[in-house]
Amino acid sequence: MFTDDLARDLARAFPSTPGDLRRLHGRLAAAADRDGILDVAYRTVDTPVGPLLLAATEIGLVRVAYASEGHDAVLEALADRISPRILNAPARLDAPARELDEYFAGRRRSFDLPLDWRLSGGFRRAVLSHLPEIGYGQTASYGAAASLAGHPKAVRAAATACATNPLPVVVPCHRVIYADGRIGRYLGGPDAKRTLLTLEAA
Amino acid sequence: MTGKQPFEAIVAAHGTTVLRVCRAVLGPVNADDAWSDTFLSAMKAYSDLPEGANVEAWLVTIAHRKAIDITRAAARRPVPVAQTPDDGAVPATGSPGHSLDADLADAVARLPAKQKQAVAYHYLAGLPYAEIAAIVGGTADTVRRAAADGIANLRRVYPGAAGTRTKGEACVHG
Repeated sequence: MFTDDLARDLARAFPSTPGDLRRLHGRLAAAADRDGILDVAYRTVDTPVGPLLLAATEIGLVRVAYASEGHDAVLEALADRISPRILNAPARLDAPARELDEYFAGRRRSFDLPLDWRLSGGFRRAVLSHLPEIGYGQTASYGAAASLAGHPKAVRAAATACATNPLPVVVPCHRVIYADGRIGRYLGGPDAKRTLLTLEAA
Repeated sequence: MTGKQPFEAIVAAHGTTVLRVCRAVLGPVNADDAWSDTFLSAMKAYSDLPEGANVEAWLVTIAHRKAIDITRAAARRPVPVAQTPDDGAVPATGSPGHSLDADLADAVARLPAKQKQAVAYHYLAGLPYAEIAAIVGGTADTVRRAAADGIANLRRVYPGAAGTRTKGEACVHG
């Protein structure tokens, strides 16, 4: 059909290359951030525990996700729970990316980042916010984690809090293991948990 | 998951088409600004977009308004702009050394606005005539006629289209 040829010829006469779109996308991300409509910015970073998705609101880092969680699914969940105004916009994640880099290189023992805790509420949030008190290279039991949050008997709830940590690695739920030494559940899988504990033991 | 997809997915799915449409309607110089204005406005309004809306038609609607804004702003600037003949009649541009793609782009640039919009929104964005009428005004029939006139003009001046015309006319009329 003539019209199919024309549609094809028009598409060629008005090209739109991946390079064009990268450049325009970068402009859009900067303008959206400037106008205060970039509700969630994200990027991925390569690490020894696989690619990590980092997402931040204007308040701070809101989500760290392992590849096993499905990054697309995580972004869809963020669209539902926070806002669909989400762009791949690395600039906002520069500081988290740098600190993670330093951590995995063994040059950083704690994170100094603004965090947005909105994905975790109530007792879970209380448990998670106390986890940085378990120092680099240390481990604690789920019972100890419950005690840090002020409810020593809420062991099961503390375990759930760790298993649903929206900010793994940065909020060190990997340092919480069973009292008998078994490594326990982890969002990124037991191998990732072991890798982090080995890194910190070195 | 029932909510809206991340806006990033909207850019990934429609960024290419919107850029082509902006380039066809405005030319290469202003197309970048039109694309940026379109997606920034779309992102602002994204939360209000009804579920199940035709996202591409919505984006073309925004791009259409942005193109009008940019054209008006350019007209106010004291720089000479290319004249568009009212009848869309254009001298042939198939000079040696001039690529066929550039010839077609030139030919589209010289079309009257209504024809250019009808051709771009139908053949580049793939929108049905009724949808385009809702964007540019008029009826599906007037838009269909504008697109047909635009194509007739392009056929006259664009050698590439002339090359495929025989086959196409055989399909359409035969």
